[in-house]
Amino acid sequence: MVDIFIQQLLNGLIVGSIYALIALGYTMVYGIMQLINFAHGEIVMIGAMVTITCINVLLDAGVQLPGPLLLLAGLAMAIPVSMLLGFTIERVAYRPLRRAPRLAPLITAIGVSIVLQQAAMLIWGRNYRPFPSILPTEVHDFFGAAITDLQIAIIILAFVLMGGLFFLIEKTRLGRAMRATSQNPDVAGLMGVNINTVISMTFVIGSALGAVAGVMVAANYDQAHAYMGFMIGLKAFTAAVLGGIGNLWGAVIGGILLGIIESLGAGYLGDLTGGFLGSHYKDIFAFVVLIAVLIFRPSGLMGERVAERA
Amino acid sequence: MSIARYSMIAAAVLALTACGKQQPADQSTASSPASTPAAESSNGGGDTVKLGHAAPLTGNIAHLGKDNEYGVQMAIDEINAAGGADIGGKKIKFELVSEDDQADPKTATTVAQRFVDQKVVGVVGHLNSGTTIPASKLYSDAGIPQVSPSATAVAYTAQGFKTAFRVMANDAQQGKVLGEYAVQKLGAKKVAIVDDRTAYGQGLADEFEKAAKAVGAEIVKREFTTNQETDFNAILTSIKGAKPDLIFYGGMDAQAAPLKKQAKKLGIAAKVMGGDGTQTPEFIKLAGPDSEGQISSSPGQAKEDMPGGKEFLSKFKAKFGTEVQLYAPYCYDAVKVLVEAMKKAGSTDPAKYLPELAKTDYQGVTGKINFDEKGDVKNGAITIYTVKGGKWQVLEVVGGAAQ
Repeated sequence: MVDIFIQQLLNGLIVGSIYALIALGYTMVYGIMQLINFAHGEIVMIGAMVTITCINVLLDAGVQLPGPLLLLAGLAMAIPVSMLLGFTIERVAYRPLRRAPRLAPLITAIGVSIVLQQAAMLIWGRNYRPFPSILPTEVHDFFGAAITDLQIAIIILAFVLMGGLFFLIEKTRLGRAMRATSQNPDVAGLMGVNINTVISMTFVIGSALGAVAGVMVAANYDQAHAYMGFMIGLKAFTAAVLGGIGNLWGAVIGGILLGIIESLGAGYLGDLTGGFLGSHYKDIFAFVVLIAVLIFRPSGLMGERVAERA
Repeated sequence: MSIARYSMIAAAVLALTACGKQQPADQSTASSPASTPAAESSNGGGDTVKLGHAAPLTGNIAHLGKDNEYGVQMAIDEINAAGGADIGGKKIKFELVSEDDQADPKTATTVAQRFVDQKVVGVVGHLNSGTTIPASKLYSDAGIPQVSPSATAVAYTAQGFKTAFRVMANDAQQGKVLGEYAVQKLGAKKVAIVDDRTAYGQGLADEFEKAAKAVGAEIVKREFTTNQETDFNAILTSIKGAKPDLIFYGGMDAQAAPLKKQAKKLGIAAKVMGGDGTQTPEFIKLAGPDSEGQISSSPGQAKEDMPGGKEFLSKFKAKFGTEVQLYAPYCYDAVKVLVEAMKKAGSTDPAKYLPELAKTDYQGVTGKINFDEKGDVKNGAITIYTVKGGKWQVLEVVGGAAQ
């Protein structure tokens, strides 16, 4: 049974590192402008859809490339598209509302999310899009558990990207400007930080991470569709809250924790409750966790208690 | 504690959008409920009557819903092109009112109410058992005959509604054939079962389980998922631990395809089997090369082997520019059966032609159609297919004499 447990942990780690990447997008935006960007899930979806389209176009054109290179080509297309989209959303939908009451941008975010979802449905249709079968599917044995090359790549890439983000935030000029803006945008502005650029960059970076996560989801679960952004976005948002929204480490830990909780929960719930609750209750774990966190530790696992803002 | 309060608000707003996210019904052909009831009954003098059709036209099985709609559309267009059907000495034309039930039982009852309000003379639908069953109550109350082309759950016709019919074999027949095939022909001794907890998936899986147990198989694992899920790694992993010879999935192709792929990625060697909801071209498209070896059944004969199959398939392709997915021939026959009954009764009034519908004896594209006292079709052929070389190939036809 140990091999099964390891497999469940691995499944959780894979989906958890994807959640973490998406959660970083939520948490970065929240950290800087206290906005929950609900359109982020849709950016993830569009990243996935653009990649699939791009790979299919290349395949149709008869391009002979190894699968992983095709995937990279798709990613190279999806990342700029998502970045541009993130930039545009901030510029068009959120910037005019920066001084508005908090609820206004929140509602706008939900509106943007619906618009993007419907637009995706117009462009790509309502059906599930299969991810082209271009990647090797043979499995490696990892202490009795099975793992594919893709899944290994997902975990490694997710951690590399997270490391890169921490480096960016902690060690670069832009990162310092971001941290300053998150502490106090007005003062940062007075110190010569270009707030608009910083906020735009936050959206652009978050969207790029989201696009990568979207491609990971599509490649690992072999399909994408216009409604996929909603649930995955909600889960990642939960992960961000779990870890402490606004805190980067929190997003990473929250994401991975949530992935593992979900995987173990779905795997063992049926056995533990004697078949009373089955594995189809998988999704409730994310939301039970969300509610528990809000009740017992409202600022999240890693979040600091913050004073009420005026 | 601003974060907490903020998150609470966010959660509340989200709960609202969760409902809002459902796309509004795609009412391409639906007319507004306020439109004048052009022809409540043919005796009123109008020469066009409305026929309802309901299926999921959005969401993950929209391809099947559209397929059903095309089947109905084709039958209606043919009748109208011939100047209408000869009913009670008048040429009656039909107008299709197609509604999107989103494969959601709650939406299905709304759609059904809309049909009742518009005084449609008959309904072809719904696609899923989970939507057909709650909707059938409304049709029964309003006395509107309902012919489902694809709802296979036993419960649908077991409710005792005089208005409920189906032109496809039910899950009791299908589950039995699948269970026996799995054990006796494929030699499966240990079986794992997964279903999507819909009326269809659960019903079929239960029937399969019963049949497989009866011929000596051991059910080593029973797992569940939903009809929205795409990640099956957790349940497949626990199934892997039980080392089954065969995994049976009760549900539709949108889940069956990723389930098959993910099983392969987890290194599971067990055969994978499913019902009619998985026996589609879309399944092969979604699962790609990993679709090889899938075993699925479908009530009725293979599309190509149906009495009017070849002709239907080529006419369908020419008209809509796409392949038949699954139930379109049954939808076509459902319309024809309704119209035949109207012709015999000489009226489009549901109360008048309903008795004729029960006595149907019609040679359709899918075979001979007779209903038993419950409204189930008598011809109970079940065909078992497998995917070989990227195509569905017939393994065996069980029961039901070819007509």
